[in-house]
Amino acid sequence: MPDITETSLIILPASIKRPNAVSEFFVRLFREKPLGAAGAVICLLFLFAGIFADVLAPYGYNQIMPINRMKPPSWQFWFGTDNLGRDIFSRVVYGARLSVIIGLSAASLATAISIVLGIISGYLGGRFDMLVQRFVDAWMSFPELVVLIVIVAVIGPGMFPVIIILGGFLGIGGSRIIRSAVLSVREQSYIHAAQSIGAGINRILWRHVLPNVLPPVIVLFTTRVGAVILAEASLSFLGLGVPPPAPSWGGMLTGSSRNYMYLAPWMALAPGICLTLVVFSINMFGDAMRDLLDPRMRGHR
Amino acid sequence: MSDVLLRHKQRRAAVKSDVILDVQELKVHFPVYGGFLQREVGTVKAVDGVSFQLHEGETLGLVGESGCGKSTTGLAILRMLPITSGKIVFEGVDITEHDPRQMRPVRRRVQMVYQDPFGSLDPRMTIGDIIGEPLEIHKLHGNKAERRARVMDLLKTVGLRQDMIDRYPHQFSGGQRQRVSIARALAVEPRLLLCDEPVSALDVSIQAQVVNLFQELQEELGISTIFVAHDLAVVRHVSHRLAVMYLGTIVEISTCDELYAHPKHPYTQALMAAIPVPNPVIEAGRSHQTIQGEVPSAQHPPGGCRFHPRCPHAMPICKEQTPKLLPQGSGLVACHLFT
Repeated sequence: MPDITETSLIILPASIKRPNAVSEFFVRLFREKPLGAAGAVICLLFLFAGIFADVLAPYGYNQIMPINRMKPPSWQFWFGTDNLGRDIFSRVVYGARLSVIIGLSAASLATAISIVLGIISGYLGGRFDMLVQRFVDAWMSFPELVVLIVIVAVIGPGMFPVIIILGGFLGIGGSRIIRSAVLSVREQSYIHAAQSIGAGINRILWRHVLPNVLPPVIVLFTTRVGAVILAEASLSFLGLGVPPPAPSWGGMLTGSSRNYMYLAPWMALAPGICLTLVVFSINMFGDAMRDLLDPRMRGHR
Repeated sequence: MSDVLLRHKQRRAAVKSDVILDVQELKVHFPVYGGFLQREVGTVKAVDGVSFQLHEGETLGLVGESGCGKSTTGLAILRMLPITSGKIVFEGVDITEHDPRQMRPVRRRVQMVYQDPFGSLDPRMTIGDIIGEPLEIHKLHGNKAERRARVMDLLKTVGLRQDMIDRYPHQFSGGQRQRVSIARALAVEPRLLLCDEPVSALDVSIQAQVVNLFQELQEELGISTIFVAHDLAVVRHVSHRLAVMYLGTIVEISTCDELYAHPKHPYTQALMAAIPVPNPVIEAGRSHQTIQGEVPSAQHPPGGCRFHPRCPHAMPICKEQTPKLLPQGSGLVACHLFT
């Protein structure tokens, strides 16, 4: 490419800055990935439902109305009521809050663990990397759910144990993806340049490597949110998640809704649909983001 | 005219002044792993016994074809690669055994300019942050405002506009990026500058500009420079002395003028003959003496003189004995023709 700008040292006016990466991303999302965009919109809807649950829910999540037991969906109770006479719509909305809290915090924890483990292991390489990676291999060969059940059974159910267990579990597995991104960044000559300038390892890791592996980090975080919500639902379904009467979607699928499945199918239908919809949306959004930000990660989970 | 005089003066000054870098019998061997158990099956002798001295304010050109170990030599001097044996003495201190902590003050005195103008700048940092980073690391110009002022100064020195300070590398052309790279290297006022093919990734027209910049900076700042390159025309322009490398060893070191006028080693002669002459009439009339064959593997270099399988003047002794670098004229030559 002939370089005319070089000779005269005239370059674009200073007002033309780096194009806004975020807005550019969303334009591309809507244009190239309509399914992913729909996913993003649904995710946002649920996020808002979770945040403004107090305003949106017409009844309390544990407000028992004995006269209105097992009412089918109607204008008064949009998704019907359960066997105790609780409004299922309200419970689903509050359940969204719980899913949002658990999903975001466990995914954040998982991502943080992945970043620290992946960056250090990938950058240092050698024997340390070998050791960490064999540990991750061993960890990933355990059946996820069984390990979760055992741990929860030992330390007891509740929101915090669930967050920490899911965060830790997915974090260790996800470190692989960060590590592979670090391996390619590590060989870039700006990293060599930083080393030759005399930069310490901390500066190199957090100022040079981390910003350059950010795209896979963002993608990893998104897909983790979906995985965590699903895992929490599975645990709650088995009675090992957040204990009742907290309105967990997984918990709402089990127990009495199973007993009354033929009499009041809406009891299980509403949380089931929400769960499927949210996880599907997050995955669609995550896939779209992965395609747009980091094509290398195609095929990973 | 004054330009020539100035260079001449500098060259004379360089001969008198102190040795800033002394490389003695440097060897860098890389192990090769193979087989089922990934055992070590051999070594690539990338650099195999390189010695030279660099004087204060002098520019030494390091030339040779790809794979001859010239970049490896540069990286080893910076202690960016494990050194197999030999000694590197910088400013009178043996830095061969320095650990990273001990290397830190040395890294301030030695800076590097990389070949790839697109990879050597962190794409997520602004130009100001990139040039200011060495200042930050070595705690020079303590506060942010002072650093910024210094970076502005440096931008001016390398011929970039000062309002470019908040831009990102991707907004610059290759030549401009290389200027940024040079500014970063100059930020900490190094005594030794290592340039690893700094212009070979640039367009020819841009190359000339960057080479001129190097020359100006050398004259103004008097930094000792090792200039690694494979383009002989470029090296000639900036160097006082030249070292020609072949397969991990130096075959000839001499002053630039001497080497171009009277190349002694057969390999140097062949290299010089390969430089195209800009005049097509003369070029057409020249007889090309090309080297036969290919560069042998650095894993199994030929015994004796490493150039003997391809040398037009090879003698029986060349297979037996490795020639030493011996004084010949104003330089040093490693060839049995002169022993």
